[in-house]
Amino acid sequence: MKYVDEFRDPEVIGRTAEEIRRLADPGRHYRLMEVCGGHTHAIYRFGLKDVLPPNIELIHGPGCPVCVLPMGRIDDGLAVARQPLVTFAAFGDMMRVPGAHGSPLEHKAKGLDVRIVYSPTDALKLARANRDRHVMFFAIGFETTAPSTALTLMRAKADGVKNFSVFCNHVTIIPAIRAILDSPDMRLDGFIGPGHVSTVIGCRPYEWIARDEGKPIVVSGFEPLDLLQSIVMLLRQMREGRAVVENQYKRVVPWEGNRAALAAMAEVFDLRPYFEWRGLGFISQSALRLRDEYAPWDAERVFSVAGVRVTDPKAAQCGEVLKGVLKPAQCKLFGKECTPEHPVGALMVSSEGSCAAYYNYEHRKAALPLKILTPA
Amino acid sequence: MAHGAGGKATRRLVDGLFVPLLYDAQIGSEPDRLSDAARVAVGHSDVAITTDSFVVTPLVFPGGSIGELAVNGTINDLAVSGSRPVALVTTFVLEAGLPTETLAAEVRAMGRAARAAGVAIVGGDTKVVEHGKTDRLYITTTGIGQPLPGVSLSARSVRPGDKVLLSGPIGDHGITILLARGELDLEAELVSDTRSVFPLVEALVAAVAPGLRWMRDPTRGGVATSLNELALDSGVGIHLFEEAIPVRDEVRGACELLGLDPLHIANEGQFLAVVAPDQADAALAALRAVPGGEGAGAVLVGEVREEPAAAVLVTTRYGGSRIVDMLVGDPLPRIC
Repeated sequence: MKYVDEFRDPEVIGRTAEEIRRLADPGRHYRLMEVCGGHTHAIYRFGLKDVLPPNIELIHGPGCPVCVLPMGRIDDGLAVARQPLVTFAAFGDMMRVPGAHGSPLEHKAKGLDVRIVYSPTDALKLARANRDRHVMFFAIGFETTAPSTALTLMRAKADGVKNFSVFCNHVTIIPAIRAILDSPDMRLDGFIGPGHVSTVIGCRPYEWIARDEGKPIVVSGFEPLDLLQSIVMLLRQMREGRAVVENQYKRVVPWEGNRAALAAMAEVFDLRPYFEWRGLGFISQSALRLRDEYAPWDAERVFSVAGVRVTDPKAAQCGEVLKGVLKPAQCKLFGKECTPEHPVGALMVSSEGSCAAYYNYEHRKAALPLKILTPA
Repeated sequence: MAHGAGGKATRRLVDGLFVPLLYDAQIGSEPDRLSDAARVAVGHSDVAITTDSFVVTPLVFPGGSIGELAVNGTINDLAVSGSRPVALVTTFVLEAGLPTETLAAEVRAMGRAARAAGVAIVGGDTKVVEHGKTDRLYITTTGIGQPLPGVSLSARSVRPGDKVLLSGPIGDHGITILLARGELDLEAELVSDTRSVFPLVEALVAAVAPGLRWMRDPTRGGVATSLNELALDSGVGIHLFEEAIPVRDEVRGACELLGLDPLHIANEGQFLAVVAPDQADAALAALRAVPGGEGAGAVLVGEVREEPAAAVLVTTRYGGSRIVDMLVGDPLPRIC
């Protein structure tokens, strides 16, 4: 299949893995963080750890929007959904995320009007088709999905659609990376930069990471070869004592980002003074809210939202896993109380969450000797 | 909804509620109680019996409709339990106001599918419920079959070294249904694979009956769920070779876009078989020789090993590997 097969070619992958082994100093341990949950998922799905030398450790970053959403936000969103004649629309990723009183899917089973949509414009379509109901789109995501929410709101405003609103949970990636770097227990050698976020924001916003923190960062695609090539680029920088921003994902990511998308975001959103991230706590200027001009479409203003704060279950160590301090399997609940079927923490819900990815693709194979991993 | 999705929750429902409360070892003589059909002794002979309900939406989709699915689905459950499908009875649950022509079209589709498979539909029942209490039309079919001589299938007979065969490309049905709902602005030239697999099963049995260990049609939950059930029931590890698993580009493309794994997508006209190592070549030759080319896509996709115990492992061409679990939750509800 075009645009896929060439990035999964075993021969090229073999050569790239060889290059990684050649570049990696055997006397050194490398801790590289893949910021994006999509990368985490790809790393497990393609079994890339089996291809990497053992001294290259991949640390899973905070780039899974479902995972970093505090439980209280879900409860607030569902509280709106419980009001009469309200339809709750969200991406499929949100559906099994547990709130304090159950997930959106569990609310649907109890009779609430909960819909999966594949884009915010689908939610707007729902509103147009059901004028007697109010459709609230529960928006999540980094800069990847924020522009489509922005465009949808611009359309709703232009057309005067009154029975539509957005419960905005959009967050921005840079403050999260800063919080990770400021964390005292964090020792990282470099970053695999998020691919899809960068299609919107471009590569410039990462320059301080290289310049001020001295960490190389390579914006990467999501195919096995993309990720391996990004690791090659990181290792080369480290070997040469450089720390710069490089773009491996040039086929998709323009250096300056997507100006039209950024303009739409600027039109609709401004920064919240602070926002709570699951596992990372309150981070200032890390999330988006609707500008006053869009107040009639802001679910948090249209409905009275309680602003519930729910502490995570005590035993769950989502924060430590999210920051890369603990591996998923080191959490006390992993695979016991917390499984993809009955997730306690959000990292176990989203397929991009490191716990779910690890549980689904890795954990029962941990004890295997390597020789049986190759086809007979 | 997950309890009906064919994955982990379904299995828990069956193991935790239905089996303890309903299973009677005195009557059911099937040693592998969780196969696709049960065996019951009637007089001096054994009869295979199974039932299945169909609630798919939309009712009609490229390559088939609920009526065909209802016939082929039950035929396939009998076939992969090693039986020749003989007769079906059927129940219709209709929503008041269902257009007569919709029902007539589905009844015709059932007749066509049954005749094509040489199976009689010998009885039925109809219930109508108030408008809004059901979604247009649900069909249940119950089938009986005659166990094929010389066949003994059981997850427990599967041994390390055995080979895993697959009858053809996977994911066609699930992705066809998903696209037919029109909720995604995606289109593809793809049709459901709904068909009777009995001709293939019959050929396989004729060629390698003593070496045939286990069969299953991977419907809801897909190949991953069927093989996980085998791994759990037998304790062995199933190794799949990713590059050997046939997946059409349309299915792969849709799965890549939507973040789904083709191994979790439903099929309605394929089956998996585990055969003794020395029988794999003969089995594939027999499947591929079935008249009409229905088994032309049959391939060896994996093998049974001791490790990882009770799990399914997929290896990639470049040496990576991943565990593939049963389906959790339900990416595409009401697909059959």
